Amino acid sequence: MAQVSMTVNGTAASGEVEGRTLLSSFLRDTLEMTGTHVGCDTSQCGACTVHVNGTLVKSCTMLAMEADGAEVSTIEGQANADGSLNVIQQAFQDHHGLQCGFCTPGMVMTAAALLKENPKPSEAEVRTYLEGNICRCTGYHNIVKAIMAASGQDVAAIAAE
Amino acid sequence: MPKDGGIGASSKRREDVRFLTGNGKYTDDINLRGQTYVHFLRSDIAHGTISSIDTTAAAAMPGVIRIFTGADFEGVGGIPCGWQVTDKHGDPMQEPAHPVLAQGKVRHVGEPIAAVVAETAAQARDAAEAIELDIAELPAVVDMKAALEDGSTKVHDDLTSNLCYDWGFVEENKGAVDKAFEEAAHVTSLELVNNRLVANPMEPRVAVGDYDKSSDDSTLYTTSQNPHVIRLLMGAFVLGIPEHKLRVVAPDVGGGFGTKIFHYAEEAFCTFASKQLNRPVKWTSSRSEAFMSDAHGRDHVTKIELALDAENNFTALRTETYANMGAYLSTFAPSVPTWLHGTLMAGNYKTPLIYVNVKAVFTNTVPVDAYRGAGRPEATFQLERVVDKAAMELGVDPIALRRQNFITEFPYATPVAVEYDTGDYHGTMDKLEEIADLSGFEARRKESEAKGMLRGLGVNCYIEACGIAPSNLVGQLGARAGLYESATVRVNATGGLVVMTGSHSHGQGHETSFAQVVAEMIGIDESMVEIVHGDTAKTPMGMGTYGSRSIAVGGSAMVRATEKIINKAKKIAAHLLEASEGDIELKDGAFSVAGTDKSVAWGDVTLAAYVPHNYPLEDIEPGLEETAFYDPANFTYPSGAYACEVEVDPDTGKVTIARFAAADDFGNIINPMIVTGQVHGGIAQGIGQALLEGAAYDENGQLLTGSYMDYAMPRADDLPFYSVDHSSQTPCTHNPLGVKGCGEAGAIGSPPAVVNAVVDALRSAGKDVTHIDMPLSPARVWDAMN
Repeated sequence: MAQVSMTVNGTAASGEVEGRTLLSSFLRDTLEMTGTHVGCDTSQCGACTVHVNGTLVKSCTMLAMEADGAEVSTIEGQANADGSLNVIQQAFQDHHGLQCGFCTPGMVMTAAALLKENPKPSEAEVRTYLEGNICRCTGYHNIVKAIMAASGQDVAAIAAE
Repeated sequence: MPKDGGIGASSKRREDVRFLTGNGKYTDDINLRGQTYVHFLRSDIAHGTISSIDTTAAAAMPGVIRIFTGADFEGVGGIPCGWQVTDKHGDPMQEPAHPVLAQGKVRHVGEPIAAVVAETAAQARDAAEAIELDIAELPAVVDMKAALEDGSTKVHDDLTSNLCYDWGFVEENKGAVDKAFEEAAHVTSLELVNNRLVANPMEPRVAVGDYDKSSDDSTLYTTSQNPHVIRLLMGAFVLGIPEHKLRVVAPDVGGGFGTKIFHYAEEAFCTFASKQLNRPVKWTSSRSEAFMSDAHGRDHVTKIELALDAENNFTALRTETYANMGAYLSTFAPSVPTWLHGTLMAGNYKTPLIYVNVKAVFTNTVPVDAYRGAGRPEATFQLERVVDKAAMELGVDPIALRRQNFITEFPYATPVAVEYDTGDYHGTMDKLEEIADLSGFEARRKESEAKGMLRGLGVNCYIEACGIAPSNLVGQLGARAGLYESATVRVNATGGLVVMTGSHSHGQGHETSFAQVVAEMIGIDESMVEIVHGDTAKTPMGMGTYGSRSIAVGGSAMVRATEKIINKAKKIAAHLLEASEGDIELKDGAFSVAGTDKSVAWGDVTLAAYVPHNYPLEDIEPGLEETAFYDPANFTYPSGAYACEVEVDPDTGKVTIARFAAADDFGNIINPMIVTGQVHGGIAQGIGQALLEGAAYDENGQLLTGSYMDYAMPRADDLPFYSVDHSSQTPCTHNPLGVKGCGEAGAIGSPPAVVNAVVDALRSAGKDVTHIDMPLSPARVWDAMN
């Protein structure tokens, strides 16, 4: 067992881990931050996506020890300071971009990374960027729409019901 | 002008806030004091005799608390099947035992053999690897037709063969159907496969068993669509725990799509082991385990024949289907290829004579049961494919052929035992032609051809049966359960309401749309209504959510309970207003005396009910809480018309969905935003089935598609924006909301549209292609072209 320390959503966090402990397990089991979900074991579904030092990472694919000293952002840290939904979260609610909610944390974290890299993505760019995130409920229509809306684009014109 | 609340409003979902902020509470988020973890050692061979299980080394591993094997479950009931089908000779289906942990033999890859309980999940996993297992491998039975040949290896030694049942429907009609085929002017026949799918809700299954020694109560937290059904099946048939000592909780559940309806061995194990060990026992499925332990869906092989007269009227339909049951009967497996499939074979058409034969077959594969649509996609796919092929053979327009044969008068009794109450099939087709801009197709085809791509158009209709009922009928059909739904409406003194429903939400947004209904009935703000579901300790006995039944059956129960509340509240209001009860009107959350300006607010009446100082105690009890159980008189029958346009790359066979449109008739709509989302999701799953998904076994029964690396889930860049319309509405005639259900429609209506479109595209290039089996991978399409 080894001690790891990191900053999670701006707060110092530490705990004992095995060498094989994944970052996703450290967040969920050690820190009891269960907003990050695990939907597969082959790094395909993206439900566990977080940001590590500003980079999009599937937390089931990174060892907790690799994140020692890192700045980690998770879904729990995305809302505005007053607790209200941030622009992306609000767009997901406004455009019904989630149903069961299980893939949603990964989708929101991925959308945040996309909009940081590309503030006005096209439909095709959004769809390509979401390749590593699987949603089984929405058929992606409203997720793509929500992300484009969050980027300030007029989605009523491009995505009829 | 869209409404901003109540029935018909696109109210934003209240559950979204917790899901968007990481505050959802899914079963895997539950951790209990003293919790242990179980890892299941699963069979990696499809069929074999267990010679020995040596747990000595494993038991000595760090953290191991106890290792269970089949021997620990001798005398414990097996996993029950909830539906008994009677075959065409009047005999019951063959029903094998289904042990919690393998007893002597393994019958599919993934079958649990031993269970290691340890202090941590990693320790349990490590120890499971140290179990010495000796299994003598037997030949595996994978192909259904081979499984029925004389001399085939039997999946179950104690059964007479691998045939579960041979079902004929309607058996008495068979002679007349055969005669109609002899007299037909034209017969179109088609052999096809409805590919085996894995439901793949994004949340893998989880179970946490928690035994409380002080009260002798057991609690199971589980990822279920129907916690009461699990409580009944597990308590009464597996573990022998009376329902009053067993609580089942299904909290936030991350999607179900059918595969979380069923009672699974892992649920029974965790509940059982928690009592044995007097500690909570938790199991979290990996995705790899899910692929080999969640019940799969579809997997039919069908021959369908359509008879037409000289004027192209459909005169008879005849089908023969082989339906895979897998190695054991999952909870509702026998009902899917029979009563949820045969009864839908009339589709939208007035075909007067229909005969459906289904042979259900045991194989050494994971059990197969209901997956989104459950029987109805299988019916729709074969019917809409054979109609398209008939149009092709006859050289007529496929839409015109459909329209010519549409049922137009309702109620309509089909020759397959159901009566459609309402519908407007021309109306939905008209709407489809408009929203899909079918008149612009030829111009779009030319544009595609200019790019070197083949473009095809596929159109089809569907009919669905939702809210399966009434209970006394389904009992005659073999259901070992009722199919009502329940609701308790508890009004608090200050006027807020809690509605406890037997339905279960796992993505459908019930907490929002159910509140809209009750708020509308009383005339109060939606925020005053709280919806509680998913806990047998809180909600009345309910049957849960599947088969698009929640609003049609669960919503109706809620309406009935709320009506009782309003009736009682009117009595109280009449007393407070010193008026006759018959003169009391409820509007916008206030009771008034008709024709006067006397009124009393909702909150004053509810307060009087609980603080009954000025109250007719001699006539009515204090309090304001009512329960209703609603058992529908009939199914509901949503219907629609779907159109898909594809582009096919002639060099590679790759299919791209260029446009997709769906025109549905769901009757009345509670929340249009949620309904549209349900259709989107269904379409994606239907396109997934048509183009990408397929569970594959090799001849030894090895599951070749055991992860997302090799089972192709639809991703965002596989799919287009969809055009969805549900303005064509013929309200259901027999439930109080006039609603029909919308959860499965997309998955039912879309696969034939995609295949019809690809066949059309290839034929536009002069290829003599009449059918390609799903999934339409580039390799299959290229093969068909070349």
